[in-house]
Amino acid sequence: MNSFEWSSPRDIAQAAGVATTTVAAAMVSQSGRLSTDGVVFKAGGIDLLDLMKEGLLAPRGIVNLREIPDLAVIAQADDGGVRIGANVTLAQLAADPVIRTRFLALADVAGNSASPQIRQVATIGGNLLQRPRCWYFRSRDHHCARKGGEVCFAFAGENQYHAIFDHNGCAMVHPSTSATALVALGAKLELTGAAGTKRVVGLEQFFLLPEVDIQRENDLTPGEILTAILLPPPAPTSRSIHIKQGETDSFDWPIADVAVALDTAPGGACRAAAVILGAAAPVPHRAKAAEALLVGKTIDADVARAAAHAALQGAAPLTKNAYKLPIFETLVRRAILAVVRGG
Amino acid sequence: MTSADTRSQKYPVGIDSVSMAEIERRVPAGEAPPLPPNAQLAVIGKSIPRINGRAKVTGAAPFTVDVKLPGMLYARLLRSPLPHARVMSIDIGAAERHPGVRAIHVINDVVGRAVETTGQNTPAGTSGRRVLYVGDPIAAVAAVTPEAAQAAVDLIKVDYQPLAFVVDLEDARKPDAPRVFTHPVHGESFAGGNPAGAALPQQGNVLGPNKSGSRGDAAAGFADADVVVEHEFRTQVQTHCCLEPHGLVADWRKDGLTVHMSTQFTAGIRAELAAAFGLPLSRVRVIVDAMGGGFGSKSSAGNYARAAVTLSRQANAPVRLVLDRHEEQIDSGNRPATVQRLRVGARRNGTLTAIAIDTYGTSGVGLGAGIGNFAQAIYDCANFELLQSDVFINAGPGCAMRAPGNVPGAFALEQTIDELAEKLGMDPLTLRERIDLSAVRREERRIGAARFGWNRRRAPGSDSGPIKRGLGMAQSLWGANVRTNSACEVRIFRDGSVEVLSSVQDIGTGIGTVLAQVVAEELGLRPEDITVRIGDTEYPAGPPSYGSLTTASITPPARNAAYQVLRKLIEIVAPSIAAAAGNLVARAGRISTADNSRSIGFREAAAQLPTDQIGVVASRSDDYAGFARKMGDMASAQNALGGVQFAEVAVDTETGIVRVERVVAVQDCGRPMNPLQIESQVQGGILQGISYALFEERILDRHTGHMLNANLEQYKILRSRETPAIEVHLLENYQGMSATDAYGIAEPSNIATAPAIANAVYNAIGVRLRQLPMSPAAVLAALGRIPQRSGPT
Repeated sequence: MNSFEWSSPRDIAQAAGVATTTVAAAMVSQSGRLSTDGVVFKAGGIDLLDLMKEGLLAPRGIVNLREIPDLAVIAQADDGGVRIGANVTLAQLAADPVIRTRFLALADVAGNSASPQIRQVATIGGNLLQRPRCWYFRSRDHHCARKGGEVCFAFAGENQYHAIFDHNGCAMVHPSTSATALVALGAKLELTGAAGTKRVVGLEQFFLLPEVDIQRENDLTPGEILTAILLPPPAPTSRSIHIKQGETDSFDWPIADVAVALDTAPGGACRAAAVILGAAAPVPHRAKAAEALLVGKTIDADVARAAAHAALQGAAPLTKNAYKLPIFETLVRRAILAVVRGG
Repeated sequence: MTSADTRSQKYPVGIDSVSMAEIERRVPAGEAPPLPPNAQLAVIGKSIPRINGRAKVTGAAPFTVDVKLPGMLYARLLRSPLPHARVMSIDIGAAERHPGVRAIHVINDVVGRAVETTGQNTPAGTSGRRVLYVGDPIAAVAAVTPEAAQAAVDLIKVDYQPLAFVVDLEDARKPDAPRVFTHPVHGESFAGGNPAGAALPQQGNVLGPNKSGSRGDAAAGFADADVVVEHEFRTQVQTHCCLEPHGLVADWRKDGLTVHMSTQFTAGIRAELAAAFGLPLSRVRVIVDAMGGGFGSKSSAGNYARAAVTLSRQANAPVRLVLDRHEEQIDSGNRPATVQRLRVGARRNGTLTAIAIDTYGTSGVGLGAGIGNFAQAIYDCANFELLQSDVFINAGPGCAMRAPGNVPGAFALEQTIDELAEKLGMDPLTLRERIDLSAVRREERRIGAARFGWNRRRAPGSDSGPIKRGLGMAQSLWGANVRTNSACEVRIFRDGSVEVLSSVQDIGTGIGTVLAQVVAEELGLRPEDITVRIGDTEYPAGPPSYGSLTTASITPPARNAAYQVLRKLIEIVAPSIAAAAGNLVARAGRISTADNSRSIGFREAAAQLPTDQIGVVASRSDDYAGFARKMGDMASAQNALGGVQFAEVAVDTETGIVRVERVVAVQDCGRPMNPLQIESQVQGGILQGISYALFEERILDRHTGHMLNANLEQYKILRSRETPAIEVHLLENYQGMSATDAYGIAEPSNIATAPAIANAVYNAIGVRLRQLPMSPAAVLAALGRIPQRSGPT
């Protein structure tokens, strides 16, 4: 790991004034040699330190956001929703009574991420902005397209943990299970720019497919700080769930994860549905055909089965990951039924 | 032995509470008298917490990585980024000029792999050494900080001429595959699976077949069979994943070399380094305190320790070299992959008529990817045919890993026996009653079946829902090994304190605690009264911690040394209590006559010593009835070690997820010395076995030659939530073979787990998985649930 300059601003205004680049931009290199002139933000530092220790990122400076108190708060929003500071830890989220009662999918996902030790340190903001876990991307010895190289090694190589949807030029899966749940919950992001200007963008729109930009996973711009995650108030009749399936249950990445949020009239038909697949595509993947199938129906086992089948419409598995299809189909069906029966 | 230096004694033999008897043995005169079964002992056979347990769980126990010496330098290795290349030149100029660099060593001679008779080890930079795998060490740097060492490593300029390579086992067997070795090779069977090198044919990357171990006439046996089962089994490469990485601090001084090293064999490392650096044994000292696992991979000095010693000699300062996790995964050994074609024939009554196995595997650039002696020795079958080959690939060399050979061998054979039982319409336990001659395993099956509830087992695939449960069992076989070159000293001091000393090291299984128990039992003291000094070659040379032989090798000399030093003490104090020395025994802290009429406290007795201390060094006697085999320092006892394991699994047939819910293990290790520690070791063997069965696999990219999961994140391994309920039952199996009659448990506890799980998976879903790991992808494929869709690639 390289030496770097360290600063630790105490408020957003101070932090937003520092000239920084995104981690993604700091990692791009045409030659394969590490760039050493980036200055980057750090929240929990979990992914940042991984990247530095793996020899993939060598920033000249690190701006620590951890000392900014406003960023670590979960607060009621004016619209009846919730505003989650970007520095709120996964452990905080998993234990928060409001999240546990009103946004169960998020509580599920936060409590099942990584390990207890990491959840104490990892922030929700950093979780959403973490870089992919693709083993070619994480290898110094593979200069892949996402790092400025020419190719995605996964297509011809070992792609058992890779994408089954939308892998146009890069077969990574988005690493954040929180993103799967938050997209299902309709989350928006508050981003604070260099001049202190704020913009709000839908989380789903924030993520970028490789065909849009193969070198970054999202629309964060240089100097911009993710300051909050905004959750709209859920309808009183809505419920959500997140299911993560890893090869192991302890400290593992998912081979498939699914978030389902349903708003169902009491004893009646589904009014709104969100079915989001994680570890399936370079971004959280919205299963639109499954959602369309659910809306307007009284959901029973047959409807759930049909929706689960529809969720895989358009899937294009690679050489070694077709096994994910039956797993996703199972998780979607189980998630739908769990939400319905839980209500 | 003449009758003058031997005496006759009666020893308890048999399985405790089943079949105890007495046998007369002639034993050397200096041997301690026979020990009764554990129930009649005060300390041995009792569950005593390990003496450094508190230090370990509070973080106080010093590991090798904690060693810091004044002026110590930090070393890093430069490793090949290419799977196969010729090193045309190495320029260390810029590295030498880097601030803080104290020594640079270019590695020309490599060890721990197959060696070509010519051509391979020519010095780098001249005619060009070939590097054979990603991670092959090229040079080492010592500097004042780890950062400076790494920076200097990065500044070494190597001109590589890339060569064609192959990392896929099947690709490597093809006639036109790139050749890993172009000349005939020789070398040791580091991976321990089968004998290597003995003038075997070598064609392309295939060395073999080795036909040793065959017996009878397999063709005739199959002609005689009513039922034949034949299948191919595949097992993966497993890495050792020691939580504590390989590492050492080498301190080269004018008066000798001291090495602090995380090793399974202090005395072996001393001999290896003394030979490598031309030093007398008396000038090399190897020390290890607490250790975080080895599993076979820390048995020799390897290239990294040689490099650290060389750097220390060059820099005239202590040098610390500790591998990182990536290096651990690519170049610290591994369990070889195997492909086994098994054919087993039987008569309708279950009698085996023939077993034929054709197997090949890869130990990377190493040797020994065979399947051990499991199929050869576990069942009664007159006709046995074995063909074993090593296939070379451009990957790090394998080395012995917990029951090398027998672990993959048992996975294949025990599933085949399970299938044979089904074809014969027999319960798997009933079939084994017929074909397994071991009375010990018979008792283990009986106990295990009762404790596990084997009678709950139903027909395969009986559950109606998507989650299906199943029960399975499998058996274990491992040699009862002994190293006779094992010595131990026991000292009594004038203040009544007692020391036991041996270079034997505690790999984590608690041999120090066992030594305290043995000496305490003999001297009538408590284990906490004994000061244990181990893990240092300043003490009498002890055995390695491999081959499941540590307890069998070092506890008899420890007991004999304690017995003999006690006799000396008794001779001295007997007159003071007006008793005949021959009538005195040590018990409950006193030395007393058998009838307790006269006695003296142990401490008061010690006060009569004419010198500050007395001591006796004893070494391992041969087993009383002789060994089955003895080669140099190593011997195999007449008996073997075994065990039977039962597993209960739940298979989610919609996701392919297999979870092991319960394992019952019944194991034997002669006289169990400390059941608490043994149970812990068996639990470890089971957990490692589950992890091997379901999760672990080294994944190499066939286009770049790199290991893609060279970490503990993508290399899937069992953790807390995958840990099932485990019940361990220990048999007390007395043989009357040594002063303690104790044998090992490490390896036998790791052999039956994977096949027991595989048999349980079959019982759950009615489909066999003949490939490891039994991942969700493998389970779903076996169930025919993966749609045949091709991707856009």
